[in-house]
Amino acid sequence: MDLLIRHGRVIDPASDTDRVADVHIADGRVAAVAPDLSAPGAEVFDAAGLIVAPGFIDMHVHLREPGFEHAETIESGSRAAAAGGFTSIACMPNTRPANDSATVTSYIVERARRAAVVNVFPIGAITKNSAGEELAAIGAMKAAGAVAISDDGLPVMNARVMRRAMEFAKSYDLPIIQHCEDLNLSAGGDMNEGAPSVRWGLRGIPAASEDVMVARDLLLAELTGARYHVAHISTRRAVAMVEYARNAGLPITAEATPHHFALSDDRMRPYDSNYKMKPPLRQSCDAAVVADGLARGVISAIATDHAPHPGSEKMQEFERCPFGIIGLETALGLALDELVHPGKIPLRRLVELFTTGPESVLRLGRGTLAPSAPGDVTIFSTDLAWTYDVNQSFSRSRNSPFDGRTFRGGPVATVVAGQIVWKR
Amino acid sequence: MPAGLLGIEELDRSEIEAILARAKDFQPLQSQSLKKLDTLRGKMIVNLFYEASTRTRTSFEIAAKRLSADAVSITASGSSVTKGESLVDTLNTLAAMRPDAIVMRHAASGAPHFLARHLPTPIINAGDGTHEHPTQALLDARTILDRRPSLEGLRVAIIGDIAHSRVARSNVHLLSKFGAEIVLCGPASLLPVELKELAPGVRLTTDITEAIRDADVIMMLRVQLERQHEAAFPASEYFRFYGLQLEHLDLARPDAIVMHPGPINRGRELSSEVADFQRSVILNQVENGIAVRMAVLERVIG
Repeated sequence: MDLLIRHGRVIDPASDTDRVADVHIADGRVAAVAPDLSAPGAEVFDAAGLIVAPGFIDMHVHLREPGFEHAETIESGSRAAAAGGFTSIACMPNTRPANDSATVTSYIVERARRAAVVNVFPIGAITKNSAGEELAAIGAMKAAGAVAISDDGLPVMNARVMRRAMEFAKSYDLPIIQHCEDLNLSAGGDMNEGAPSVRWGLRGIPAASEDVMVARDLLLAELTGARYHVAHISTRRAVAMVEYARNAGLPITAEATPHHFALSDDRMRPYDSNYKMKPPLRQSCDAAVVADGLARGVISAIATDHAPHPGSEKMQEFERCPFGIIGLETALGLALDELVHPGKIPLRRLVELFTTGPESVLRLGRGTLAPSAPGDVTIFSTDLAWTYDVNQSFSRSRNSPFDGRTFRGGPVATVVAGQIVWKR
Repeated sequence: MPAGLLGIEELDRSEIEAILARAKDFQPLQSQSLKKLDTLRGKMIVNLFYEASTRTRTSFEIAAKRLSADAVSITASGSSVTKGESLVDTLNTLAAMRPDAIVMRHAASGAPHFLARHLPTPIINAGDGTHEHPTQALLDARTILDRRPSLEGLRVAIIGDIAHSRVARSNVHLLSKFGAEIVLCGPASLLPVELKELAPGVRLTTDITEAIRDADVIMMLRVQLERQHEAAFPASEYFRFYGLQLEHLDLARPDAIVMHPGPINRGRELSSEVADFQRSVILNQVENGIAVRMAVLERVIG
């Protein structure tokens, strides 16, 4: 059935559109965007007073399937994505087995086709089992549907291996996504190294552990010409280095998570593992530079790094808890609250950060409402008051520091290929 | 959250003063032949030690017994921890047996703070990782105040492995609240610059002579090799640069006292002569430990 989304404010940066119009989706694709459309027989969604945007893309999530289905599944993660306004998500390869082969890539694609309510795009591993030694079957994974490669969480420490990976990625025209962390410098750390870690007697992860890896990789990216993407950038110096490389004309991009612009180490609840993630929450001046980087176009995308962990793992001594928090359902609310409402970015930039930004890295052929584009739409409010209750989350996990937070603005309905897959 | 004692940082001056005053009341008891009071008769205290401890655990046990409380001591190696039970489950199990307080030592910083959010039983922190050791700071303050009228304006040098020291953190918080000048001293790798922000009145130096000059109190810390994950300082050089020796004491005030939370390592952080020095108050600290812990137990469950 066709879908007609009426009277919304359509913001589609890709086609330079910002006006009140109707969006008609037929046969799963955008048929027309114009005022006062008529589509007899179409399901009608009244979006008056709401923003109608191309479907949001989250280029960094962990769906935990295969291998860790007690924490999340492709289905549950996709439902959380839909409830967060995301129509497309890219999932990291640190499953069990790791997504380092066409077999696992195909399994994820097939499971997603059956169970997911949003589009799921696998990211393949850079090295076999993400062990950082031998390159994975990158070409075969691409053929099976992988849209990028990354050893997220287990950064490639050997510079020679990284150089080779970049050369391969370039020849397959795949972006290479790096979790930037020098594991020797960060070893044993549980939170950002700074005044709070010293106060609480917790071992620190210095900002330099991220910075040295970004510096090394930018040099290798220049050497190889690869498309290189910094995952979850969190330090002010890393942002400065990415800006320098982009100004030099290198094909470098970066993403930032909502928690890295919304929180900082001085705003953590002490010893609460819902504030424990990698990179750790940095200083408030870093968070400000991340927000500024998003505003000025140095950072191209907001990505959640949605990382589910079951309560049994997060209800422990802080130093024993795994890293990561869930984030799909709170990302848009945080971006509105922390970036748009305080006037740091205009609404159009927010839409770019969730659409054309990630699209420019992953090249999915999405992120626009141009005619014949996939009929993926995110409908959201900029002033709806709502409170996040993590116990109502679609995720199988509950590890969020934003439980109980009240937001102004958030997703209202999510449309994938012309189907409303979630509405508030 | 039930009112236990998790750290010094969150206490205010009057609360600390009340504990120290009550500890003073308990001091004469320690040298009497009949040492028991009835105060906590019928109360039950669980001492749960996830880390090796001789003096703190014994001190808490004796403090409980002198107040006529029943005390049960559990060490991690002989408990269900070795069967894979999580900390929360172990504590919930113990809490279900309705003790009046749980005295807890754990190698993870913040472990008692984390548990306090989930348990109905008051928790007394007997040392958490590299974070706080509140009763140690209280007994140190009691020991200083036995010899000085006030902490205000005193110059206190704390020397050694500051980075890994819960004793240093608790002492900094306590001394700062009373207006002492605190000099923290150790090799740079064990002296993060952010320590300056721990509390007002804190200075840092890597030079032991600078730390000791004009000091009223010298607190030496043990080098916590078990908490260092790599050689932060060559062990062979430590004593040469950071070990306290008799000649250092000439730099301090003539009546300066030397303290150490124990266990001491003669020849590593202080020379044997310093350990036995007449103004070394290390054994007075141990004795005051019981009086201070009686005051804490009385306050938490009395």
